[in-house]
Amino acid sequence: MPAYILRRLIQALLILLGVSIITFALLYLLPADPARQVAGRTASVEQVQRVREQLGLNLPIWQQYGRYLWHLLQGDLGRSYLQRSQVVDLVFPRLPATALLMVGSIFFELILGLTFGLIAALRRNSTLDQAIMAMTFVFVSMPAFLLGLLLLYFFAVYLGWFPIGGYGEFKHLILPSLSLGLLGAGWYAQQMRSSVIEVLRQDYVRTARAKGLSRARILVLHIVPNALLPIIAMIGLDIGYFMGGAVLVEAVYGWPGIGQLTWQAIQQLDIPIIMGVMLVVAFAVAMGSLLADLIAPFVDPRIKLR
Amino acid sequence: MKRLMMSVSLAAMLAVGIAAFQTAKADEPKQGGEMTVTFHDDIPTLDPAIGYDWKNWSMIKSLFDGLLDYKPGTTEIVPDLAESYTISPDGITYTFKLRHGVKFQNGRELKAADIKYSIERAVNPKTQSPGASYFGSIKGYDDVAGGKATELSGITTPDDYTVVVQLSHPDATMLHVFAINFAYAVPKEEVEKYGADFGHHPVGTGAFKLAEWTSGQKIVFARNKDYYHAGLPYLDKITFELGQDPVVALTRMQKGEIDIPGDGIPPAKFVEVTHDASLKDLIISADQLQTGYVTMNVNIKPFDNVLVRQAVNMAINKARIVKLINGRATVANQPLPPAMPGYEKDYQGYKYDVAKAKELMKQAGLADGFETDLYVMNTDPQPKIAQAIQADLKAIGIKANIKSLDQSLVIAAGGKKDGAPMIWSGGMAWIADFPDASNFYTAILGCGGAVDGGWNWAWYCNKALDDRADKANAITDPAKQAERNAEWGKIFEDVMKDAPWAPIFNEKAYVIHSKRIAGKDNSVFIDPIHIPVNYDVLFAKDAQ
Amino acid sequence: MYIIKELLKRKLALLGLLLIAVIVLAAIFAPWLAPYSPEDQLADGLTDIGEPLAPSSHFWLGTDLLGRDLLSRLIYGARASLIIGLLANGIAVAIGALIGVTAGFMRGWFGAALMRFTDLMMAFPSLLLAIVLAAIFRPSLWIVVIVISMVNWVQIARVLYTETTSLSEREYVTAERSIGASTFRILFRHILPHLIPTITCWATLGIATTVLLEAALSYLGVGVQPPTPSWGGMINENQSYFQSFPWLVFYPGIVIAVLALSFNLLGNALRDILDPTLRGRH
Repeated sequence: MPAYILRRLIQALLILLGVSIITFALLYLLPADPARQVAGRTASVEQVQRVREQLGLNLPIWQQYGRYLWHLLQGDLGRSYLQRSQVVDLVFPRLPATALLMVGSIFFELILGLTFGLIAALRRNSTLDQAIMAMTFVFVSMPAFLLGLLLLYFFAVYLGWFPIGGYGEFKHLILPSLSLGLLGAGWYAQQMRSSVIEVLRQDYVRTARAKGLSRARILVLHIVPNALLPIIAMIGLDIGYFMGGAVLVEAVYGWPGIGQLTWQAIQQLDIPIIMGVMLVVAFAVAMGSLLADLIAPFVDPRIKLR
Repeated sequence: MKRLMMSVSLAAMLAVGIAAFQTAKADEPKQGGEMTVTFHDDIPTLDPAIGYDWKNWSMIKSLFDGLLDYKPGTTEIVPDLAESYTISPDGITYTFKLRHGVKFQNGRELKAADIKYSIERAVNPKTQSPGASYFGSIKGYDDVAGGKATELSGITTPDDYTVVVQLSHPDATMLHVFAINFAYAVPKEEVEKYGADFGHHPVGTGAFKLAEWTSGQKIVFARNKDYYHAGLPYLDKITFELGQDPVVALTRMQKGEIDIPGDGIPPAKFVEVTHDASLKDLIISADQLQTGYVTMNVNIKPFDNVLVRQAVNMAINKARIVKLINGRATVANQPLPPAMPGYEKDYQGYKYDVAKAKELMKQAGLADGFETDLYVMNTDPQPKIAQAIQADLKAIGIKANIKSLDQSLVIAAGGKKDGAPMIWSGGMAWIADFPDASNFYTAILGCGGAVDGGWNWAWYCNKALDDRADKANAITDPAKQAERNAEWGKIFEDVMKDAPWAPIFNEKAYVIHSKRIAGKDNSVFIDPIHIPVNYDVLFAKDAQ
Repeated sequence: MYIIKELLKRKLALLGLLLIAVIVLAAIFAPWLAPYSPEDQLADGLTDIGEPLAPSSHFWLGTDLLGRDLLSRLIYGARASLIIGLLANGIAVAIGALIGVTAGFMRGWFGAALMRFTDLMMAFPSLLLAIVLAAIFRPSLWIVVIVISMVNWVQIARVLYTETTSLSEREYVTAERSIGASTFRILFRHILPHLIPTITCWATLGIATTVLLEAALSYLGVGVQPPTPSWGGMINENQSYFQSFPWLVFYPGIVIAVLALSFNLLGNALRDILDPTLRGRH
């Protein structure tokens, strides 16, 4: 096991390297000139050139990347072009909020998705099943911003049960998590339904039934654990996905997550911030994937870590 | 980045907004209380030498001060850190006498050396200040900007309370430069202590000081009790909440949770809010120093033909576009906005005439039309406006393909010689840094701006007009200002003859605030220099 | 043959098929079906203060912010949305299935390498890629197809990988392996049939999400540019206005959901038909 984890960590580092190279290359290809942004719109061509040299943007790309990597190894993610602060000071304070939202969203995705998916599978082809399936499509087709806004208006403004956005206490977490949870629950519901139906088909289930085990026992002992396998994979994916931030929901609720920082940085071509965020996301993805692979054998003992 | 929005001079404002002012009852300012302002985007920096974003521009004005300032609610220049100033008759020497007893927020008294240091810092290339070039007229600028010297030979401090600035040539805009953020006083010891992080630990002489900054979440200003303008500011505390969507911010304001949605009234809510009787007194509107225009790149065929450019001017139904944005603007026929000195009231410009436009196209040999690209920024409502323009162009045979991109990409395309044939400037339009006509020419219509990465997206370069512009800028005699403005008016008239632009509309500014916040009159809410509001002179009606 | 017969017996499947046919026909015959051109900013399409018109007998689904007929835009929009929802999504699912199943079945270092590649693509800055492409190329729906195909296969690959690894370890598979059965036989007889339900549900849900993703990409300048209509794009540009003019968001949203749901109904029915345990019992 430890050898496996070590191997995966090394592979994660390689992934980080790969992502950083790709991101750097893409940013280099963009026609916009960050030096001009920093130097300001009234700057002369000489002044822009001077800024370009100060930022090292006149060097060949491989040299620029080398410098970036060298600083990175010393823990220096660089300074934002426009905000002039250290990237770590901009990115790291937002990570707790992003992580919280990730946990909350996955929580709601699971609660809603697994429950309704299970019900739909057990009542296969009934009207209830059809209704649940239709609802999943409605929610999956909804734009995130709109759903967030609707929930905010209904629960916070109209009913007043929750504060109108904000951050800091548990009650602030509910609505944003619910918004993201509803959007993703449809996938979990469909997958759960699909998996449960598959499991119900298995011989060992029929054997268990024939042996006279109660439905509940069969459910808990056989169906759910086996149906959970793809769900575990999805959770691993979601960890990586949500750590990238959910810019639209964050904007609606004023949630200080990493999504808004990224979006603004991309629009302003603030390269150091973009690079920093991409590294965080890549790391989260690698960790999410590792976590899912580590948990899988517990759910299905036949799977061996190789 | 959106730019500073300027507004009308006091006279024009009275003419335009009298109704708005008369409905506002004058309340007595009270000391104390708090206010909350929201913004969608993060605030990058509060360093006066660097901050150039419309949001932090006014925040910096509350944390710092400069030699000169503008009277609140107007564009009139008044002494600020300087008690008085004199200008030599040849327009070369400016002598400022500083106030005594002005303290930085760290307790130290402001001296003349601080002013010299602050301006030199802005020019020093190490600071990477976007406003460095504004000080170009000061003697010794080239040496400092070129990295050869660290001191501006043109600034001397004969004693602790006198600053003498010598220019290399007379410059009519110099007073505005001394009032601009980049010239604000910063304490050397704090700058050296924090280095590049000074922007997040600002220390100035202003009405407020920075009490708290939680990155990405909120910024808190606390009243500077030692502020040298006695009685100001009124508020004890201002909280800036960041990362708030404008639509949600508006709802929160209606619920009484916040006081001012910093991003204004979003287009989606505009009609609803302006027709809501309960909000009527809380919405203030005024003209801004802004023009929305379509640029035509004279380097790209067939826009090198003036007939085509004139045809475009006549083909666009500007009134319909203004209707599409729910009347939030007024139709424009020249580059200068109505509030800018130099604006010509009687100028007719190009009238909307589709038949005449088609005629011009035929004369240009393009009766069958042509295909081209129209660049636009992708945030609402710019693509909408671009589509309206596209439909109008189609009527005279021009097939304009819309390229709706991120702002930085459109700006980059505009800065390339053969980058963008047409650009709708909405959302990125040039907004004056100070209320002077020259600011609307040099960078966006002058030859100096027609360079790689420049903002003259039409790549229009008329040497004769550039010469006239320089001559107009040399008229520093205050008695001759009317003559100077008239000359500017004529310069822009001649620009329109060449029609590198099709001016479309002048957007109005709208500010909405909660009931509990007030100013001595509504002018503070649409202060031409402070966007969205002048934080120093607002007060809370419910202060204890 | 048998499948078609069975399909016709199921009401819901028929409903799904019908809806899909309607949408496909609308896309193909748009110029004949739409009452107006989707790009015409009609003079009578707005109120006096420039607001869109609500649905009425004149404009069945109302007009949009520029005075264009919503119904016509919806009909023409089917083209872009079908290309994205079916083609782009289909390619993404195919790639994902290929990689996920191969990695799960082969295991070993090859499987691990494929999965790490999957992780890499998951962290891939697709947003940046879209922006770069928008700056370099002429916007076109095909760029969107490429971007979506490059990016959207990751999740299904991961899920199928996990399922395949579990399936590969089942007793009957190891049994077959030990008697030297060919890889193909194992794959096609024992593993793939169990994966079909997952593939179906991801493929059909993916239709909805890719249509919305196309809107985001077009916003960045990559895909369809205004005024070409696409359902996702219509939702995107109008969502802030939903309080005042809900039809602008409601109708495109409903059609997207209906399209995805129809395929899902079809897929579910197919899965029931192909389910060996149900055969003969229905």
